[in-house]
Amino acid sequence: MLKRLGLSATTAGQTTSAALFPSKLEFNPPAHGVWNIVHVGMLVPEAHQIYVCAINCMRGVTLTAAEMGASNRFSCVVLKEEDITRGTVEKVTLEGIAEVLRKLADRGDLPPCVIVFPVCTHHFLGVRMSRVYRELEREFPTVDFVRAFMDPIMKRRLSPDQRLRKAMFDPLRSCDADGHLVAFLGSDFALADDCELRELLQEGGFRLRELQDCTTYAEYRTLAQAGLFVATYPNARYGIEKLAARLGRPFLYLPSCFSYAQIQEQYQQLCDTLGMSLPDFTYEIARCEESLTALKELVGDTPIVIDASFHPRPLGLARLLCEHGFAVTEVYLDGINPEEEDDLVWLRENAPEVLLSSIVLPELRVATRTRDQKVLALGQKAVWFTGTSHFVNVVEGGGLWGFAGICAVASLMDEAWSAPKDVRDLIPRKGLGCASCF
Amino acid sequence: MNRANRILPVYTGDVSGACSALFELGGMVVIHDPSGCNSTYNTHDETRWYDHDSLIFISGLVEKDAILGNDNKLVQDVVDAALELHPRFVALCNSPIPFITGTDFAAICRIIERKTGIPCFYVRTNGMHDYVVGVGGAWNALAERFVTPQERQPNSLNILGMTPLDFVEQGAVETVRSFATDAGYEIVSCWAMGSTLDNLAQAARASVNLVVSATGIPVAKELRRRFGTPYVVGTPVGGFMDELLASLRFSEQTGECSWPCRDARAASMDGAYCVVGEPVAAGSRAAAIERESGVAVRVVCPLEADDELLTAGDVCVFGEEEVEQALKNAMFVLADAFYGPVCPAQAHLEPWPHLAFSGRNSLGQRSA
Repeated sequence: MLKRLGLSATTAGQTTSAALFPSKLEFNPPAHGVWNIVHVGMLVPEAHQIYVCAINCMRGVTLTAAEMGASNRFSCVVLKEEDITRGTVEKVTLEGIAEVLRKLADRGDLPPCVIVFPVCTHHFLGVRMSRVYRELEREFPTVDFVRAFMDPIMKRRLSPDQRLRKAMFDPLRSCDADGHLVAFLGSDFALADDCELRELLQEGGFRLRELQDCTTYAEYRTLAQAGLFVATYPNARYGIEKLAARLGRPFLYLPSCFSYAQIQEQYQQLCDTLGMSLPDFTYEIARCEESLTALKELVGDTPIVIDASFHPRPLGLARLLCEHGFAVTEVYLDGINPEEEDDLVWLRENAPEVLLSSIVLPELRVATRTRDQKVLALGQKAVWFTGTSHFVNVVEGGGLWGFAGICAVASLMDEAWSAPKDVRDLIPRKGLGCASCF
Repeated sequence: MNRANRILPVYTGDVSGACSALFELGGMVVIHDPSGCNSTYNTHDETRWYDHDSLIFISGLVEKDAILGNDNKLVQDVVDAALELHPRFVALCNSPIPFITGTDFAAICRIIERKTGIPCFYVRTNGMHDYVVGVGGAWNALAERFVTPQERQPNSLNILGMTPLDFVEQGAVETVRSFATDAGYEIVSCWAMGSTLDNLAQAARASVNLVVSATGIPVAKELRRRFGTPYVVGTPVGGFMDELLASLRFSEQTGECSWPCRDARAASMDGAYCVVGEPVAAGSRAAAIERESGVAVRVVCPLEADDELLTAGDVCVFGEEEVEQALKNAMFVLADAFYGPVCPAQAHLEPWPHLAFSGRNSLGQRSA
C-alpha cells in the first residue's frame, strides 16, 4: 500500500488549482531518460557546445556529453572561487572560450556553430556577455555563436530549455520561402514514420522536414526555406513562433494530444494554412478505437500509472484511458499544464479518485515503491515510484502524434503489459533515444 | 590559461562529495541551489540509489530569494522536512550563488537546530572545489559534532576516506576491509561505507586510523588533534600491502603518523611512468608498481589534495593543458580511460576506472 504523507498527493476530485503542490525541498528520482540541454543542443549538426561554470555545475553536463559519446563536441571553461573574489569571471569566460576555439582551429576542427552556455553566476556578477560575443565574433568570423544559458535560478517566464529551443534556431537566416516545404521543429524526437500526417502532406504535394533529418550544418541552415513552421512540443512553442515571425512565415502550434476532436482541429488548421481540404478521419479513429478496445481486453483492470515525463499531456492521456474504461489510478506530475485544464475538469467530474502526486517533494523520497499487484506504468518516474517492470519506456511524447500516436501508445502498452523490462538497465540511462555509452 | 578543457570532463565537485560522504548515515543533506542542480550528483556521482535510500534534497533557490536574502524559505522548508522525516542530523551545503550573496549558513543551522532539536551543521562547499574538499569537509563537520572521547582499544582501526567516488570497483571495499581484518584489526568504523552514524561516533576507540584516500585526510587530522590517534596513509594494493601493514604496526606502537603511499617510493623525475588520479590510491599503485618492476613512477594529481601526499617527482595539475604537460614524456600511463585523448602518442594507457572522473562510464571500463 502506498504510504501517503503530507502534501505530496491529492486526488483529481479535490484539485481546484493549477498549483497542485507547495514549493518545498525537492529530490530527484533516479530515472534519467528525459533530455537535458546538452542532448537538445546536440541536435544541431556539427555544433560545438561550450559551458562556462563552476566544477560542481559542470559535472552533469560534461558527463552527459561523455555518455552520449560526444565529448568531441563539448568543451568547458571552469570558473574558480578566485574568479568570483577577484572579479575575473568575464575575462576567464572570454579567454577560455577563445582558447577552446583556437585549439579546435589548430586541429582543423573549428566548428561552424558554437552554442555557449554561461550560468547563474554570470547574471549575478553582471558579466557583459554582449562584449564576450562581440570579441568572439571578431576573432572567429566564420562561427555562428548561439547565445544559450544554463541558469535554473532565473525563474522567469521562460525556462533555460525554452530559451535554448529558440536560440538553437537563431542561425537560420532569411531566405526565399519554399511554399511546399513544411518544417516541424522543436521536439526532441522525429515524428513517427507511420504518422498519418506524413502521408497527408505527401499527397498534398508538400515535403516535411525536421531537425532530425539534417546531418550537416548546411542542411540545418536550409530549414529556413520552409514555407510553414510548426511546433509540436510545448517548450518549443515560443522559440519556433519567434523564428517564424523573424523569417516572415506562418506558424502553427499543433501539440501532440489524445483527443480525437483536438487532433481533427489541428488537421483543420494545417489544411487551412496549406490550402488543402480536410480528409475524412473515420478510418483512423476506428483504428484507435480498435486498438484501445483490444488493449482493454488484455489488461482489464490492471492499475495504470502515468507520469509527466512520459508525455506533456499526462492528464489528457489519463482522460482518454478513463473514457475507455481503463483503471488509471495515479498520475505523477508537478503542476497542471494550462493546455490540460479541460482534461483536469473532466477527470474531476468523471474520475475523481485518480491520485495526482508530486514527483519531487521530500515525502516521496521515503514512500513505499512497490505495489501489491501488477501495475502498468507509462513513463520512467512512474516506474521508479511503483517498482513495476511492466512499463512503456517513452519520454516527452517520443515523437508520437495524431491518431497514429494514440494507436502507438496502445500498442506500446500492450507490449509492456505482456513482457517485463529491465528497470535497472533502462531508466538510469540519460537522454532516452540518444546514443549512450552507459 | 588552465581553465579550458577541450575534451576532458571535470572531477566530481565538492557538493556532490559532501552528499556522497554522508549518504549512508541516516541524515538529511540539503543543497542550497536551484531546482534541478542535484541531478548531477544523483545521476553521475551516486551509484547507491537502487539499493539504499538517502535523504538528499535541493532547496530550489530562486533569483528573488537569493537577491532579497530570503533565508526564511530555506529554514522553513528544511524544518518541515526534518520534522516529517526525522533524520539523525541535517547538513547544509553551499553553492555558487549563496556563496556570492554571503548566506550565513552557520546562523541558519543554529535556527534549524533550535526549531527541530535535530543536530544541524554546515558543510563548507561552494561548488567551486572538487570532491576531495567536499567529502573531507563533511566528515570533519560530522566528527566535530558526533565523535566523543572513548577508551582506546588496541588492534582496532578506522578506515577513513571510502566513498564510491573512489571505491566503486567490484570488490574494492571488501579488499580494504579484508586487509584490516586479516591483519588482526577490528574495524571500529569505515568512513563512510557500510558503517552507521553510531559506528562513526565510536571512532575515538580505534588505536590507529587507515586513510585510504585523500578525502580522509582532514578527518584523520581532526581525530589526531582531538584524540591523538595516529594515522597511516595508503591503500592496500598488490606488493604495497606489506609496507602498508608494517606502517600500521609502527604507527600504532609509536603513535607517529606515517605516509607510506609517499615515503615507500622513489621520486620519478623523468615522468616516463605515470599514475593519474586520487593521490593516495595513485601513490599506493605507484609504490606497488615500483615493487614489482623496479621503476620509479610519477603521480599526477588532478585534485585539490594535500601536498604532503606527493614526492618531489610528483605533480599537481589543474585542467587539460597541465595534464598534457605532465604526461608529455610518458611511456606508460595508468589512468581512467577518459584521459586517452590527452595521452601522448607514444604512451601506453592502462585503464584505471575512477567514478569521480568518468562517472558511470567508469563502470564499463576494464580495470588494470
